[in-house]
Amino acid sequence: MLKPQMMDILSASRETGWVMEPEAKRLLSLAGLPIPIFKWAREADEAVAHAHEVGYPVVAKVVSPQILHKSEWNGVVVGLDNDKALRETFQRFSRYEGFAGMLVEEMVPGMELIVGAKVDYQFGPVILLGIGGTGVEIYKDSTIRMAPLQERDVWSMVGKLKAHALLEGYRGADPVNLDDLTRLMLAFSSLVTELQDAIESVDLNPVKCSPEKCVIADARIILTPRMDLLV
Amino acid sequence: MDLKKLFEPETLAVIGVSLSNDRHPANVVFNKNLLRYPVRVYPVNPHGGALQGERVYASVREIPEAVDMAVIAVRAEQVPEVLSQCILAGVGGATIVSGGFAESGRKDLQDQLTAMALEAGFPAVGPNCLGIYSPGQVDTFFLPNERMVRPQTGGVAMVSQSGGILVDQMVKFSGEGVGMSLAVSIGNKAVVKELDLLRYLVDDPATKVIAFYVEGFGKNEGREFVLAASRSPKPVIVMKAGKSPEGSKAVSSHTASLGGDYKVFSEVLAQFGVVEARNESELVAFCESLSCYHHAIDGRMGIISGSGGHGAMSVDVCTAHGLEVRTFTQELQEALRQGVSTAVRGIASYANPVDLTGSAVDDDFVHAATILSRSEEVECILLLLLPYLPGCTMDLGARLSQVHRREGKPLVAYVPHVEKYRMLIEGFELNNLPVSPSIEGAVLMAEAMRRCRPC
Repeated sequence: MLKPQMMDILSASRETGWVMEPEAKRLLSLAGLPIPIFKWAREADEAVAHAHEVGYPVVAKVVSPQILHKSEWNGVVVGLDNDKALRETFQRFSRYEGFAGMLVEEMVPGMELIVGAKVDYQFGPVILLGIGGTGVEIYKDSTIRMAPLQERDVWSMVGKLKAHALLEGYRGADPVNLDDLTRLMLAFSSLVTELQDAIESVDLNPVKCSPEKCVIADARIILTPRMDLLV
Repeated sequence: MDLKKLFEPETLAVIGVSLSNDRHPANVVFNKNLLRYPVRVYPVNPHGGALQGERVYASVREIPEAVDMAVIAVRAEQVPEVLSQCILAGVGGATIVSGGFAESGRKDLQDQLTAMALEAGFPAVGPNCLGIYSPGQVDTFFLPNERMVRPQTGGVAMVSQSGGILVDQMVKFSGEGVGMSLAVSIGNKAVVKELDLLRYLVDDPATKVIAFYVEGFGKNEGREFVLAASRSPKPVIVMKAGKSPEGSKAVSSHTASLGGDYKVFSEVLAQFGVVEARNESELVAFCESLSCYHHAIDGRMGIISGSGGHGAMSVDVCTAHGLEVRTFTQELQEALRQGVSTAVRGIASYANPVDLTGSAVDDDFVHAATILSRSEEVECILLLLLPYLPGCTMDLGARLSQVHRREGKPLVAYVPHVEKYRMLIEGFELNNLPVSPSIEGAVLMAEAMRRCRPC
C-alpha cells in the first residue's frame, strides 16, 4: 500500500526531477524493502558519531541534487576506517556543487546486482535484474519482465543472466540468498506497480547479495515529468 | 465489436469507384470481388452511372439490401462523412483503404474516425491499409488479381501493420506451402487493433496459428496484448520491426539505458509465451511448423541424414539455436543398427546424427525414423533428405509421413526445393508435415516447438 509519506517524498523531489539517495532509501524502507543502516549527516561531527554507532569501516557518499551519478564525480568512498579519513572525505564533498550533506552507511558485503524498473510506453511497468555495480553498462547482462512479477518470474530471470552461475554458487562459493532476492524483487515490483504514474525509472544499484541476505546499497528514483498531474 | 461480417460478408459496398479510371484502387477491389468471390458487390459513387454493366449507387444508403462491409476508398477529407453514412445505414463494418491520416500528419482526421467508430461500436479496419483477404470470401486488397499470390487455404492467420509486408509474406507462405485462414492489413489501426483481432482469431475455428507483424503498440496496448496472448490456446507469433538497441533516449538511469524498447518488447513477449520471429525466415518456418504441430519440446533432437556433411552442418545449426543433439545410448544405437539394410549396416553411423550414407534406401529411413519415434531420447526428428541418392524414391516423403501418423512424434524435414523433387516434397506437405528448403529452416521449425508455450 502507498503511504502518504511516500507521496510526500516524491512531491518534495518534483523540482529536481529525481529522488536523492537518502530519501529514496527512506521511501523503499517504508515499502518494507531492505536498506543498510545509514545516516544523512549535515555536519562532520554527525558523520563521525554515526560511524561510531554502526562501527568502522563505513561507506561515505555525497548527497547533492546536482549529482545524479555519484561515482562519476568520485562521490563514493568505501572502507573508511577512522575519524580523520571520514572528516577529510566530508571536507572534500562539501566543496561539491549543491552539497546537501554526506551519507554514512554500514559496509554491506555481497555480489553487486542491479534491480531496476521503468515504465514502458507499450507495456507499462517492467522490472530489470542484472549484474550491477559501476560496470553495469559494460557487462550489459540483464533481463526484463513485465510487472507485477510472480515468484517463478524471478527464478527465470536469474537463470537468464549470463552470469547466473555466480549467483547460484560458483566453484564452491555459497549461492546468494535467492529467497531473499525473490522477496526483494516481488516487493519492489508491487511498489513500482503502485507508483507507475509518478515514476519514469528506478535503479537499485548495487543491490548487495550475499548468502545471508540482499540489501539495497544505493537507489535512484527518476520521476515522470508529468508527475504534477498526480498531486 | 463484432468482426465476423468483415471476414465473412455476404454483401460488399465499394465506395469511391471511378467511372473513368479502371485502375483506381476501388475499381480493382470491385472487379475482383465481382468476378471471383461469392460476395454480392455494390459500387458506390455520388455521380451514379454504371460500371461493368452494374448499377453504380450514389450512396451506400441507396443499396437495396443490408451491407455487411463497406470498402472506403475516397479522399481522406471525405472519409468521415462516408463513414458516418455507413454507420447510419447500418453497415456491418468497414475497411478504410484511403491514406492521408496520422501517417501524413493528419492525426486529427484519424482521431475523428476513431471517435465516430467507437461511439457507434462500428468495426473499421485501417485507414491506410490493404484490408482483408479472407480466402473464398472476400478480398479488399487493391492489387490486380492476376498479380496476387495466394497461399492455399490453411491454418495461419496473419495480421500486419504493413500491407506490403503482408503481401510479401503471402508470397513466401505460398512458396513454402503454408496455408492461410485470413490475412488482415490494419494500417494505422485507428479502430480495430491487434488485440481485437487476437480475440477474434482465438475463437475462429479455421485458424490454428496467429501471426502478427508489429511496428509498435500504442500506450499500454502491448501489456493488454501479451496478457490476452498468454491465455490463447493457439500459438501466437510476432515479428517486430524497429529493433534499434537504444530505444530510450533518457540516459538518466541505467535501467532505462539497458532496457531499450526492443529489449523490453522481446523479453516480455517471451515471458508470456508469445513466439517472437526475429526475421521473415523465422516467421515462415514458425508458422509452418506450428500449424502442423502443437507439441511443446525441450529441444532434444534426433537427426537422420544420408550424408555426413549434412548431419554435421545441422548439429551446428541446432546448437546455435539452443537445441540439443545428444549422443544416443548404446541400446538405441544397436536398435538402429539391427534394422537397416545389410548394405549400410557396416558403414552407417548411429550415434546422432544417424548417417545412413549414400547407400541408404527408403526402408532405412523409415526404420530409423520409427525407432527414434519410439525412443524417449528424442523429442523431435530432423530428417535431412537428399533426393538424388540412388536408393531413395519420390515416395519417401509420404512414407515418412506415415511414420509420424503412426507414432505421433514431431518430424521436420529438409529437402532441396526444386521442381524435380516436387513429388517428394508433396509427400510431406499433403500430409501436413513441415518441410523446408534449407537446413536452417528445418531447425527453425523445431525451435518453434521449443519456444511455443501453449503447445
